[in-house]
Amino acid sequence: MLHTFVALVEDKTGLLARVTSLFRRLNVNIISLTVGGTETVGVSRTTIVAEAAEDRAPRIMASLYKLEGVLDVDDVGRHSAVIRELAMLKIAANQNTRSDLFQLAEVFRARIVDLAPESLMMEITGSASKIEGLVQILVQGNYRILEMARTGRMAMRRGHHASSVLEALGDTTPRVDPKTFSKVLRHEAPDLFEDEHHA
Amino acid sequence: MDKRKKITDTHRNSPDTAIYTQPTPLTGAETVWATLVGEGVRDVFGYPGGAILPVYDALRKFPIRHILVRHEQGASHMADGYARASGRVGVAMATSGPGATNLVTGIATAMLDSIPMVCITGQVSSKVLGTDAFQEVDITGITLPITKHNFLVRRTEDIAPALREAFRIAQSGRPGPVLVDITKDAQQNTAVFDFAAAAPQPYRPHPMLSADSTSIREALELLRTAKRPVILAGQGILHSGAMEQVRALAERTQIPVACTLLGLTAFPASHPLNLGMMGMHGESWVNHAIQQADLLIACGMRFDDRVTGSLSTYAPNAKKIHIEIDPAEINKNVHVDVGLIGDLKEILETLLPRLPGRDGTAWLHAISAMKGDASVHDIQQLPDNGHLYAAHVINDIWRVTNGNAIVVTDVGQHQMWEAQYYKHDSPRSLITSGGLGTMGFALPAAIGAKIACPEKEVWVIAGDGGFQMTSPELATIVQEQLKINIAIVNNGYLGMVRQWQETFYEKNYECTPLISPDFVKLADAHGIRGTHVNRRADVISTVETARQNPGAFLIDFHVEQEDSVYPMIAPGAALHEMIRRPKHNPLVETATEE
Repeated sequence: MLHTFVALVEDKTGLLARVTSLFRRLNVNIISLTVGGTETVGVSRTTIVAEAAEDRAPRIMASLYKLEGVLDVDDVGRHSAVIRELAMLKIAANQNTRSDLFQLAEVFRARIVDLAPESLMMEITGSASKIEGLVQILVQGNYRILEMARTGRMAMRRGHHASSVLEALGDTTPRVDPKTFSKVLRHEAPDLFEDEHHA
Repeated sequence: MDKRKKITDTHRNSPDTAIYTQPTPLTGAETVWATLVGEGVRDVFGYPGGAILPVYDALRKFPIRHILVRHEQGASHMADGYARASGRVGVAMATSGPGATNLVTGIATAMLDSIPMVCITGQVSSKVLGTDAFQEVDITGITLPITKHNFLVRRTEDIAPALREAFRIAQSGRPGPVLVDITKDAQQNTAVFDFAAAAPQPYRPHPMLSADSTSIREALELLRTAKRPVILAGQGILHSGAMEQVRALAERTQIPVACTLLGLTAFPASHPLNLGMMGMHGESWVNHAIQQADLLIACGMRFDDRVTGSLSTYAPNAKKIHIEIDPAEINKNVHVDVGLIGDLKEILETLLPRLPGRDGTAWLHAISAMKGDASVHDIQQLPDNGHLYAAHVINDIWRVTNGNAIVVTDVGQHQMWEAQYYKHDSPRSLITSGGLGTMGFALPAAIGAKIACPEKEVWVIAGDGGFQMTSPELATIVQEQLKINIAIVNNGYLGMVRQWQETFYEKNYECTPLISPDFVKLADAHGIRGTHVNRRADVISTVETARQNPGAFLIDFHVEQEDSVYPMIAPGAALHEMIRRPKHNPLVETATEE
């Protein structure tokens, strides 16, 4: 099965190599890996999607914890979480075919971010299944996908959950401001629907 | 120059202690030694070379004994043996490139056996890093999967913090080796040395490392209701210093103890509750007890494939409690019912006051009955049939040394015979490469053990194959004037491989017959006394001679060539499906087939 791990790591040279080397050593294939900044300076967030038997998740997490510089690990797949991916697609399109693609983009809530005489670029954010849905429609509609780039998954738990380790380190800032908490929930509601719709 | 005199002059200039109380400008090289001294290091095993020369140049200013090895693999094994014998962090040092790569086998050995060790390597100058400069190798890349952590230090001011953190990491939690790679320019430049400010963050056990009260309750419940429990004692007991607690647990609950190879010295061999070693070459009653148990209490061990046999048939009726500091070991090989993650000593101290006494007589009697004639272990009573057996040699060394020596073994048949016939009553008195099974380990590791514990009697027991892998370290023994006794169990074969060929490859002894030099002459060439032994009658007197000899002594025991270690579990077979000692084996009067 696919596991989605979120690891907060110190932003230091070589740490990513340690993380990926660990998966290689455990003989676990990484499906996708994203790395980026967080709300804390000096801490990077890595989201790792990996293929492994269900019962292997605890050991993978524990092994990640063992790496120096790994501050916290979460198996977000086990919790209610928002999981998103961004994809950019360059599709062959001329004057005649463009408008159909515009319509498709609207249905999938994708955006056209570049337009050229023979092609256009579409940007889509959402669950993996939503992106795959768009790709499937494009392929079945005989559109030529000239280029595709996907970020891999990013994930965040729903609700007021924050890293226990960062709190233990003295970082008491709540991950989500309680005042805006209800707004966040409202804002997320359509996405929740979207996840289910495309699942 | 009299090299020996120079080298044994360990009291070099004492450093100005002021450098530890007030920040002082030091070169990177001086910082390396100052930090080591500050961390309590007294001995370093190493080999100089271009990229580490600035550090060696600064050595004369610091009170550290440097042991010059003959191959860097020896340095890492010595640091390893030093750590195993003393519990203190062992330190190895080498230059860049080949010096660093030669350390690798020793680092992996320490990693697999969780040994606290710090390796310091020189690296080419930071300006040429990544250009394939002379003797440049990406040693932090190479050692990434075989170290607990490693550092590449490019700036002088980072040396002390990196080294101090390396010591913290090596010792905390589950111990392991750490490598610090320091560029030559970082060694040469000067920065302010502030020992206190370089202190690492204190070790913060992860929240997962807590035995929660529910698990403790469950463990107590299992312990209270068990009818046929067995304690599995591993090396974690030594790391945690929980020897007394494990003993208290066993005695209060009358639960018998089976040991792993690395856990053999964690529980006294002479204790009536000690069953002996479990696993591939464990005695039959030990493995049968585990297979019939209804509860296993695993203390600081990791259910290695050499102790479980086939996992699908392992202890099928037993509930399992696993007390372990490394959460990644829980449920790795064997599914456990209760995992208690944390320091073994602390967890046992939580459990012990809440454990009532228990009558274990029935189960202990049942195990005794399983021993039957397989327990004919007093091999001294067996008549001399004109042959010399390794088991006799090792048993005699045990008797003559009263079991008080530190025995350092290599890997192979003699290692298993040692585990069977030398009875260890004191902690850390057996030093052996378990997880990686590194041939060539014994001689250098014994040097490390002797440096760590100069007051102890140290015996090397090695096979003729493994001994030749690192035999140049004989010169190190001489240069350092060490009293180490060496017993070579010489059967003219790579014995354990030959045994496998005998059992699983139809006696096709491919590439296992082995010609060796005359080890006594080899010792003599180094200025070490030695003698050959071919007869059982000569074993005890020669062992005595070796002990009385003021310097190192080598005995080449020419033992029976095609002797095998029994019992034996074929790879993939169940723990109870042992190949027992054959009836004609002179080491047992009788034995029953499984």
